[in-house]
Amino acid sequence: MFVRISAAIAALSLLGSAALAQGAKPTDPQIAHIAYTAGVIDIAAAKQAIEKAGNKDVKAFAQDMVRDHEAVNKQALDLVKKLKVTPEDNDTSKALSKQASEKLAELAKLKGAEYDKAYVANEVAYHKAVNGALETQLIPSASNAELKSLLQTGLKLFQGHQQHAEHVAAGMK
Amino acid sequence: MCSGRYLPLTAASVMAALLSGAIAVPAHAATIQITIENMEFAPAEASAKVGDTIEWINRDVLVHTATARNGDFDVTTPAKRTVTSVLQEAGAVEYYCRYHPNMKAVLTIAP
Repeated sequence: MFVRISAAIAALSLLGSAALAQGAKPTDPQIAHIAYTAGVIDIAAAKQAIEKAGNKDVKAFAQDMVRDHEAVNKQALDLVKKLKVTPEDNDTSKALSKQASEKLAELAKLKGAEYDKAYVANEVAYHKAVNGALETQLIPSASNAELKSLLQTGLKLFQGHQQHAEHVAAGMK
Repeated sequence: MCSGRYLPLTAASVMAALLSGAIAVPAHAATIQITIENMEFAPAEASAKVGDTIEWINRDVLVHTATARNGDFDVTTPAKRTVTSVLQEAGAVEYYCRYHPNMKAVLTIAP
C-alpha cells in the first residue's frame, strides 16, 4: 500500500551504517540533537495534521503528538542544561530535517481522507524507524546515564505512539 | 449513608460514633497507590476491594489514562498530578493507557 517510504525514515535507517562507516559512534551532544530533532519533526507533522485532518481520531492523535513531544523535548532541554551539554548539530540531524520537510510538502498536497491515511501511515512508519534508531544506535551509544535513561523512556513513548497510530489506522479502514 | 441501621442510637452514642469516625468510613475501605512513572504502571499487578480508593500518582511529564478494557473505569491523570478514583465493580480488570497502549497493568478487585 505504501510504495513510497518516507525519506526521513530512510535517513534513520542509514543512521547506523553511516556512523559505522566513519568508525565512530555519535557523541552525547549529537545524540541529544538527533533525539530532539526527531521530536521536532513529529510536532511539525502533527501541527499540519491539526490543520488538515478531517477524521476526528486523526486530529486527536495529532494533538496528543504535539502535547507529548513538546513535553518530552522540554524535559530533554532541561536535562542537557543540567548536564551542561550543548546539543550539537550533525549530518544525521540535518538529513532528518531536510527529508522531513520534503515529506511535509508532499503531505501538504493531499486532501481529505487521502491526507488522513497518508499522515497516519507515515506516523506508524516514522515512529517505527525512530524506535529502531533508538534501540540499535542512540541508546547503546549514549555515555551519560541520565541521557541514556531519558532515551529509554523516549523509546517506550515512541513505541506507545506507534501502537496508538496503528490503532487509529485500523479504525479508519 | 447507612444511618438507617442505627435508628435506636442515643444522642450520646451518635456523638461518640461521629468522633471516632465509625459512621463516616466503612471499616474495610482502603487507599491504594498506583504510580505511573517512565511509561509504566507500578505495581503492574495490584489487588483491591470494591469501595477502595485508588490514588493514581503520575510522575511523568506526560498525560496518561488508566482505562479498563471492560469499561469499568477510565481515569485521566494529568502530567505530574495525582488523581483518585473509587472502585465500583469487582473483577480482574486489565487496564491500559489510551495515549500509550503499550502501558498495561492488572487490578484485581474483590467484591
